[in-house]
Amino acid sequence: MKLDRRTFIELSVGFSVGAGTGILLSPVNWKLMDDMTIWSQELWPRYQLGGLKGQLPQRGEVTHVDSVCTLCPGGCGITVRKVGDRATKIEGRAGYPVNDGGICILGAAGLQLLYGPWRVPGPLRRAGQRGAGQWEQVSWEEAIAEAVKKLAALRGEGNAHTVACMLGSDRGTVPQLFARFMKAFGSPNLMRTATAEDTYELTLGLMQGVTSSVGYDLERANFILSFGSGLIEGWGSPVRVIKAHSIWRSANVKERATVVQIEPRLSNTAAKADRWYPINPGTEGALALGLAHVIIKESLYDDNFIRNHTFGFENGTDATGKGYMGFKRLVLTKYTPEAVSRMTGLSSSKIINLARAFARAKYPLAVWGRGKGTMPGSVYECMAVHALNALVGNINRPGGVWARPKVATQGWPEVSQDATAWTGYGMPRLDGAGTKRYPLTGHRPERLFQMASEKPGAVEALLVHEADPYYTTLDSQAVARAFENIPFVVSFSSYMDETAHHADLILPNHHYLERWEDCPTPVGLQKPLLGLLRPVVAPQFDTKHAGDTLMTIARALGGTIANAFPWEDYEGLLKETLADQWDTLEETGYVEQAGYTPPAWEQAFGTPSGKFEFYVSAFDQVGMTMRKDVGYLPHYEPVKPEGDAALYPLVLIPTDLMRLADGPVGNPPFCTKTLEETELKGNDLFVEVNPETAADHGLSEGQYATLETPKDTAKVLVHLFEGIMPGVIGIPKGLGHTGYDDYLAGKGVNANSLLGVVEDPISGLCATWGIRAKLTRV
Amino acid sequence: MKEAHHGEGDEKTYKFGMVIDLDKCTGCGACMVACMAENNISFRKDETDKLRSNFWMRVYKISNGLPFPDTEVSYIPRPCMHCEGYDHHHATPCVSVCPATVTDYNHETGIVSQIYTRCFGCRYCMAACPYHVRVFNWWDPRWPKGMEKYLNPDVSVRMRGVVEKCSFCFHRYQRAKNKAYAEGRRELREDEYQTACTQACPAGAITFGDLNDPHHKVYKLKKDPNAFRLLEKLGTNPKVYYVSTTDWVRKASDAYTGKQGEGVTPG
Repeated sequence: MKLDRRTFIELSVGFSVGAGTGILLSPVNWKLMDDMTIWSQELWPRYQLGGLKGQLPQRGEVTHVDSVCTLCPGGCGITVRKVGDRATKIEGRAGYPVNDGGICILGAAGLQLLYGPWRVPGPLRRAGQRGAGQWEQVSWEEAIAEAVKKLAALRGEGNAHTVACMLGSDRGTVPQLFARFMKAFGSPNLMRTATAEDTYELTLGLMQGVTSSVGYDLERANFILSFGSGLIEGWGSPVRVIKAHSIWRSANVKERATVVQIEPRLSNTAAKADRWYPINPGTEGALALGLAHVIIKESLYDDNFIRNHTFGFENGTDATGKGYMGFKRLVLTKYTPEAVSRMTGLSSSKIINLARAFARAKYPLAVWGRGKGTMPGSVYECMAVHALNALVGNINRPGGVWARPKVATQGWPEVSQDATAWTGYGMPRLDGAGTKRYPLTGHRPERLFQMASEKPGAVEALLVHEADPYYTTLDSQAVARAFENIPFVVSFSSYMDETAHHADLILPNHHYLERWEDCPTPVGLQKPLLGLLRPVVAPQFDTKHAGDTLMTIARALGGTIANAFPWEDYEGLLKETLADQWDTLEETGYVEQAGYTPPAWEQAFGTPSGKFEFYVSAFDQVGMTMRKDVGYLPHYEPVKPEGDAALYPLVLIPTDLMRLADGPVGNPPFCTKTLEETELKGNDLFVEVNPETAADHGLSEGQYATLETPKDTAKVLVHLFEGIMPGVIGIPKGLGHTGYDDYLAGKGVNANSLLGVVEDPISGLCATWGIRAKLTRV
Repeated sequence: MKEAHHGEGDEKTYKFGMVIDLDKCTGCGACMVACMAENNISFRKDETDKLRSNFWMRVYKISNGLPFPDTEVSYIPRPCMHCEGYDHHHATPCVSVCPATVTDYNHETGIVSQIYTRCFGCRYCMAACPYHVRVFNWWDPRWPKGMEKYLNPDVSVRMRGVVEKCSFCFHRYQRAKNKAYAEGRRELREDEYQTACTQACPAGAITFGDLNDPHHKVYKLKKDPNAFRLLEKLGTNPKVYYVSTTDWVRKASDAYTGKQGEGVTPG
């Protein structure tokens, strides 16, 4: 048969129609399609749910465990809901003295940190290059033996003092164990991260002669004057302060307070405040003194307190017959509203009105510590703000500033040192803290790294516990150089943070939900409180309590070092140390002194004069003789940001966000997810620029730009924000991680790398509030 | 019992709703994370494309748009509004368009439900919802190894291709109701059933309860002269109220678009 084109088409069509009809009539297709549907639905859980293996989250007995959160120094009580042996939710503990049921964003995401892949699975020894992320998993015996070998060798060489230790805090039994270890081992170089709390402690020491932390009676204050404190951005104990903020915002007129925020940028605190006064960054101290001027000039101060309980308000002569200038004279001559207006950029009338409103309020309270209070800041600035509190007589008063005694003793036996320890411990500290130049300061963490980077051999070993100096220290590049000069770094971190990532040995601590530990009074709380962490879940990985690890190392080192740790294990030590409080702690989870009141003015001040000192005579006592009288008084000494104004026309300030953890704990994925579209896009970070400034630099919304400071350069995105002062750039702190894993690492820029360290002349701590910068279009 | 259209006779009925005090809200985001932790909400490495990001509770930032230094910003936490509607012509927007009876207005609780296994992802409801509360699962959820341990067994995990939204933590209602029944009670106390966001909010800005019960806090709060609801002009009759003493914030609630400085711009 001849198959022409026509026949071919006819046959083809006929065949197709026939086949189509056949297929449609056959049940096979329908059956297959149905099977496909079922199969694909079943396939989904099996293949897509990762570890779930097609199962829903397992059910089990529901229980609740109370503990304390230590993700920040806020020390909130938490209640963890458990299903079987799994922790499924962290909630604020109802009735806990700090947070009464509330929880912050970071605390609520704590389980992501517990179960996350950023946990250190067990003791690790570096296998490849430093920071390359190549690790060898070793046994605890091996890991501890390695640490002991290195430490014993250094000690044998007479280099015990070259071992430094960096802690996140010095309160509680575990930091005290590290301190004890350093003393028994023979090194004076115990460091810890410094914050605004240190500066306020120093101020209380100088002006009130007490060894106390600052406590604010926020709940009873009714006029809150904040010098840049991020009251709702994580300052102090975050949940407690946010709760106080709600009292201030209460619809109840009796409770309602006035909040005034002084800050160059419209932070959330500024946005919520009754009044926001943007001033030139770094001039907060000048404004405080300008307000003091008005209060003194118009006699609005607390006459009883000033007259009977203060020293150095008026001019006078001291015990040696030397005449001195009083605070009143200094303030009246140098800080007139007009002069202060020129420094701060705030109009004289606003300064005068603010001063009057503050002084006339029933419970005025001036609070200090920029942002979350993570940077120590200037001592004179803190003194100036504290002087405002003194002027209105709110020291140790309801709604005022309370000096909360620091309890340092644990009741442990004295450490007996052998000759090596005695020699090593007696060596000068590398950071110069406690020396003639900085007699008042206990730790200068930034200086340690400067020394290490300048002098190879100065630090031969570094132990790091509950801190991430590699990430959090300003001038990151200098810190990286310092690490290159430290041959042996041991991290006790639970997480693969930046410091752990650049360590030689990781001896991972139990996570805070896996261990027993004491949690002393949270930052900024006015009443003493002791909380207890208890294991919520069994250790998820091959970790060991840092206290036990340290004691094991000590025992292996032998001799007097071993003798300094007579306890069997950390839990035993904790029970013994907390002694008569233990039963209450174990039962209720905390011990509070609800009825605590600070001492009355007659007994409150341990200064040479026995009074609150505007004129700080303690400076002479510690050998810090000032050239001029003004040096003894709260005054404005500008902290100049690094960089040449001609090269760097703008000023970069770090900004603190409640949704972004910027301390030693990395931001969990839930929190990073909540960042705004104008904060992070992909892996690029936005900096805030005023539209006016942006126009001057030819920049528009969403554009890439190069941000350059004397310390570092970064590629950023521009976000136009009307709420930031022209000429100022805001950069969020807490991104730019390299540790953890890619849920956090590689996102944004680490603000700390763009900033540098400016030393405070009194404390030697980091007084940086910003740096000069340049922003150019890419 | 007058509202128990679908109730079981003598069943106690509620009209659960929320009043959010915007003066107290600090925009901290604790509600968002508490919600994600409670409701097994997934997350990915990059969550910066907010059109694809899964939030049941989302806190929006708005600004008055005025130049420095008169700029102001405010935060608006936005759960599902659980719109009641008024009548046949003003029904709950998502319920009225769903072709699969996935979502329903429950007259026992006033909660708008979402049954994931019925949903085939047409997303009509997303288009209908004027509040953008509904999110589509573009991906299957994946938890980094080990993290599935914290999943809450009271809330099912959702698959790719379905729409989900805030349930007012309905499982907490069920849990509370079971407990009350076991104790021989037919009515829930106010504190027995609270959503995760309400419980977490450190500012105490969110109040949750029965809008019909004069003994519940929300009953009084919703009558505050500064109380308002979002896009009230649409007739959706939402059950989430807001309170703000700031004029421009209240004005923004109806999506006012005026000249710059009079209206609202995204923060």
